[in-house]
Amino acid sequence: MAQARGNIGRSIAAHAVLIAYTLIALFPVFVIVVNSFKSRRAIFANPLALPWPEHFDLVGYTTVLKQGDFFQYFLNSMTVTVASLFFVLLFGAMAAFALSEYRFRGNTLMGLYLALGIMIPIRLGTVAILQLMVAAGLVNTLTALILVYTAQGLPLAVFILSEFMRNVSDDLKNAGRIDGLSEYRIFFVLVLPLVRPAMATVAVFTMIPIWNDLWFPLILAPSEETKTITLGSQVFIGQFVTNWNAVLAALSLAIVPVLVLYLVFSRQLIRGITAGAVK
Amino acid sequence: MSGSLELRGVAKAFGKTEVIKGVDLSVDEGEFCVFVGPSGCGKSTLLRMIAGLEDVTTGDVMLDGVRINDVAPAKREIAMVFQTYALYPHLTVRDNMGLALKQAGESRARIDQSIAVASNMLALGDYLERRPAELSGGQRQRVAIGRAIVRTPKLFLFDEPLSNLDAALRVATRIEIARLHRELGATMVYVTHDQIEAMTLADKIVVLRGGRIEQVGAPMELYNNPANTFVAGFIGSPQMNFLRAGALGARGETMGIRPEHLAISATAGEIGGRISHVEKLGGETLVYVRTEVHGLLTVRLFGEHDFTVDAVAFLTPDQARAFHFDTAGQRLR
Ligand SMILES: Nc1ncnc2c1ncn2[C@@H]1O[C@H](COP(=O)(O)OP(=O)(O)OP(=O)(O)O)[C@@H](O)[C@H]1O
Ligand SMILES: [Mg+2]
Repeated sequence: MAQARGNIGRSIAAHAVLIAYTLIALFPVFVIVVNSFKSRRAIFANPLALPWPEHFDLVGYTTVLKQGDFFQYFLNSMTVTVASLFFVLLFGAMAAFALSEYRFRGNTLMGLYLALGIMIPIRLGTVAILQLMVAAGLVNTLTALILVYTAQGLPLAVFILSEFMRNVSDDLKNAGRIDGLSEYRIFFVLVLPLVRPAMATVAVFTMIPIWNDLWFPLILAPSEETKTITLGSQVFIGQFVTNWNAVLAALSLAIVPVLVLYLVFSRQLIRGITAGAVK
Repeated sequence: MSGSLELRGVAKAFGKTEVIKGVDLSVDEGEFCVFVGPSGCGKSTLLRMIAGLEDVTTGDVMLDGVRINDVAPAKREIAMVFQTYALYPHLTVRDNMGLALKQAGESRARIDQSIAVASNMLALGDYLERRPAELSGGQRQRVAIGRAIVRTPKLFLFDEPLSNLDAALRVATRIEIARLHRELGATMVYVTHDQIEAMTLADKIVVLRGGRIEQVGAPMELYNNPANTFVAGFIGSPQMNFLRAGALGARGETMGIRPEHLAISATAGEIGGRISHVEKLGGETLVYVRTEVHGLLTVRLFGEHDFTVDAVAFLTPDQARAFHFDTAGQRLR
């Protein structure tokens, strides 16, 4: 009985901490979304008030949708994020499979080399990357961004996925080999589904920084056709005047796609590893 | 259909560590060969080398007289059953069993027919459309065995196929494997930890230690005629007692005597000691006697017997059934 009560107490404490954390984390998002629906005056007069009918105003959204080519920015962000994510997961998983599955000379060294990028921020190489992109004629293309983000995401992906792939049953892979499956089939059909939760984790960790990045779009692809949503929102932040309605509306809209992607991946995360493969 | 297997000086090293140190062995057509040995002695490694899942460092693996060192696993005409079943989680039982034939480009009709034969043999007909996750452990292992049968391989390889099953299921599946071996007349190589599996299934037992073969022979040959103390101690359960020959005036360094060949008496005998523990199994009784000179000895008696722990007991070995070993542990004939 005392034990049960102790457990309840502990669980209440844990929930209190987690709820407090959730509130703190959600507060800025809440303020952004709430204020995006208010008139400029109401934003400044009472930033925490809900958008009651008297100051409800969609001016932010109308400005955003009129100004510039916002739909294009969205599409650019989506393209860059989804393409980078695809390549990070594909190449990351393949490299991880090779590192965890095959014994070859320099295996450990290669693993360390590939993981090095976790500790060294890719922005240190911005100048060299810019020179490279200029030389390759890729400035102001989405390709440039996709290449950079793929490089940025790979180290963590390789690191996490190779840890998980080591745990995939050897017997299952060997059964595939004996039944005549190619190494590619073994990788795509037998191994990938079993590391799906890890892939989802990597996807979430990779996706957010790419979607939010301002640095590389500003440097590598600032043209009107290639602007991402984060860069596009900056037009409303002026040196002297900032159109807060528009900025907040743009940010609120920018949350939606990434939220959808997150929900897609988190379902995979929760579903867990397919049972019954072994044992 | 079945083939003969021959290993010639097969060795395996992982980097600098030698795991298999030169194994010569031949398994005849239709023979059931069991590898036994302590954990880490290289049983699985040797099996995986036969399967082609592990490169052979030196030596030759021959199947039906053809060297298959460099043949891909799928092309070797072997099938393997794994300890963890290793069923494909995304495929139904039917597709699990049919995959190898499909990969080999067999016709749909031929595949269906093979699956029907195998599933009949193993009574899997009701489960063909299920996925592995919807099967019990015993059913999964039967599917894994079925998957091997469907391929009609020259050689079956089993790596501890029963060790994840509970005791009752283990007995049932063991009998099933013995029946399959009779019906298919197939050559089988089987790895196990389990004494009883080895003794009951094998035509030929290979005792391995530290990557070397200690002895090869029929189960009763190893039991009645062990070549050294290792084999003598490994085959037979409970384990053979090893006595100091000097203290008994016997030949050699060590005298081995099986627990059933030690007579126990409360009043007189050659070796004195105290009873330290008694195990009653119904059909037999095991008495553990602690002695000054020889350590703990096991006595096996048939039927039920009453002994009090800590009572004095005297043991007398049946000299005619004793084994004698020299200082290196080799048998003296
Ligand atoms: N990939 C590997 N790299 C290095 N050493 C290995 C590798 N695989 C196995 N070994 C070593 O080879 C030895 C034999 O291993 P193996 O798996 O064949 O043993 P086993 O007889 O099957 O044991 P068990 O009965 O526990 O299954 C062990 O000492 C093991 O540490
Ligand atoms: Mg093993």
